[in-house]
Amino acid sequence: MTTATMDTPRKPDALPDSRAPLAVSCRGVTKAYGQGQSKVMALRGVDLTIACGELMMLVGPSGCGKTTLISVIAGILDRDEGECGVFGNDFAHMSQRAKTRWRGSNIGFVFQAFNLLPTLNAAENAAVPLMILGEGRHAAVKRAREMLDRVGLGDRWKSLPSQLSGGQQQRVAIARALIHGPKLIVCDEPTSALDHETGHVIMRLMKTIAVAEDRALVIVTHDARIFGFADRIARMDDGRVERIVRDPADLQT
Amino acid sequence: MMFVALKMLVGDRLKYLGLVVGLAFAAMLITQQASILVGLAHQTGSFVRDTSQADLWVMDPEVRFSQDSLALQDTVLQRVRGVAGVEWAVPMYQGFLRAKLPDGSQQLCILVGLDDATLMGGPPTMVQGRLADLRQNAGILIDEDARKTKMRMRRGGDRGLEVGDRLTINDQDARVVGTYRASKSFFWEPVVYTTYTRALRYAPRERKLLTYVMVKLRPGADAAGVAAEIEQATSLKARTNEQFAEITANYILKETGILVNFGLAVGLGFVIGALVAGQMLYNFTLDNIRHFGALKAMGAGNGTLVAMVAVQSLTVGALGYGVGIGMGSLLGKIVGDAGLAFRMPWQIPVFSAGAILLMCLLAGVLSSVRVLRQEAAVVFRG
Repeated sequence: MTTATMDTPRKPDALPDSRAPLAVSCRGVTKAYGQGQSKVMALRGVDLTIACGELMMLVGPSGCGKTTLISVIAGILDRDEGECGVFGNDFAHMSQRAKTRWRGSNIGFVFQAFNLLPTLNAAENAAVPLMILGEGRHAAVKRAREMLDRVGLGDRWKSLPSQLSGGQQQRVAIARALIHGPKLIVCDEPTSALDHETGHVIMRLMKTIAVAEDRALVIVTHDARIFGFADRIARMDDGRVERIVRDPADLQT
Repeated sequence: MMFVALKMLVGDRLKYLGLVVGLAFAAMLITQQASILVGLAHQTGSFVRDTSQADLWVMDPEVRFSQDSLALQDTVLQRVRGVAGVEWAVPMYQGFLRAKLPDGSQQLCILVGLDDATLMGGPPTMVQGRLADLRQNAGILIDEDARKTKMRMRRGGDRGLEVGDRLTINDQDARVVGTYRASKSFFWEPVVYTTYTRALRYAPRERKLLTYVMVKLRPGADAAGVAAEIEQATSLKARTNEQFAEITANYILKETGILVNFGLAVGLGFVIGALVAGQMLYNFTLDNIRHFGALKAMGAGNGTLVAMVAVQSLTVGALGYGVGIGMGSLLGKIVGDAGLAFRMPWQIPVFSAGAILLMCLLAGVLSSVRVLRQEAAVVFRG
């Protein structure tokens, strides 16, 4: 088992575009759950870099540490050891309050189960990050409607999540992840609840509007059908990044 | 974010209504039981308050409540009249006597004998006849409500006692010369008024028959000072109307167990409300824990999340309180109209609001702890 790092010259796929600034830089990150006999090492020294403008996919079998890694990167889980910087900020050196505030301003989330509030309509759901940041409801909803327009749901802004299809709900989730202009977008299985065609529509959308020069996208997925949208793919196993490739076909070798 | 909190709350209508109804029930139970307790306490002193012409009541030191007739020596009256600051002092007899109605049925009554000359201490409102009609031969006054209920004659026509009807009290002739309306009393036996002299004739022969001396103070005289002087001069107890009503209420509430019973009911209302509100709000929070986790992940701080839970619990608390107080008042109106004890001074809604607020705070704290303990990383778990 090999650990891929940006410093390994024999594996150029492990390196992001050298001209782009780094969005995420993790080195030797470890994370364990439980203690004593029940201690489980979820991350065993992960090295990973993601550049701005890059769409990085994390793949691997269940329990390999993908979700733990994006939780650490997103600052919602504290690492045990190692270093992890997100746009130059290390969450380990921030107070809980500062971490939460920074996360609210700079990170967007797309969840597997969408996690839309069932009692809010599409626009209100998409406006939640702005309201968390203190923007008034009316102004936030107005901006959310504009964002819904961009994801093709402008005419469904009043609909409740229960009135939308899975693909439409994920579009609302994407609008919610993007509305406050975050630098990093973290997605957990964004297409697993969608059919093949809808999954591709969602990925095209994310590739089009989420990936920008000043922004990076990390996607955890099992869905091999969307590997082609990635700039690089990191395969994880047993708490480590085993391999990083640019071509999905290389994952088989 | 408070908008989001409220939408989360009202979105699940069944739980939302359950929370409001649970708290409304608790508020109603607390309000209604407390109001009945206060109503009963107030009713225990209604006879004393209705006899408001006097400022002080002089009585045996062992008297525990207004119907606890312990006789005094007749000479007490003169000694009280001799105390400085006393405008006038009149005797009053009070005792439980059996009345035999014209149809032969019997009714235990509280016979009150008023000073023959002044008729001080009479009922507050006359309905039929005049207070002065007591001076007619064998004249008595009866309660307007009691004459149709407790003094109703079931035999020989089933009718209430009327002015002009003759009855016997302790085998002595009596004639109804008027009816009066008084405040609802805690004591079941109807009060029958007559003159002091006639009351002594009705009463069983005893060495002492004077029950109370009613005292009117001179203008500007200090009630406490005069009461102290009377007590010193007579070795008896002198109390103002309010003090006597309070002594009566305290004794009745404690000795009858009413305070404990209604206190338990109020406590039960609180416990039920706290359990219902606490459990339902906690379950509501658990049902939404994933959403709280998502909000946490998206940058909602602990303060924001606690404020959201607080808004939710206080909203259902305010609604439940409003509905509960409304239902309690309506119920009070119904039972009040039916003649039952119900009295809701402003302190009861305030007390009830405090109790509901406490329930909501308890429920909110439980839910908040759960939300704060929730890891944001839950959002990435399937």
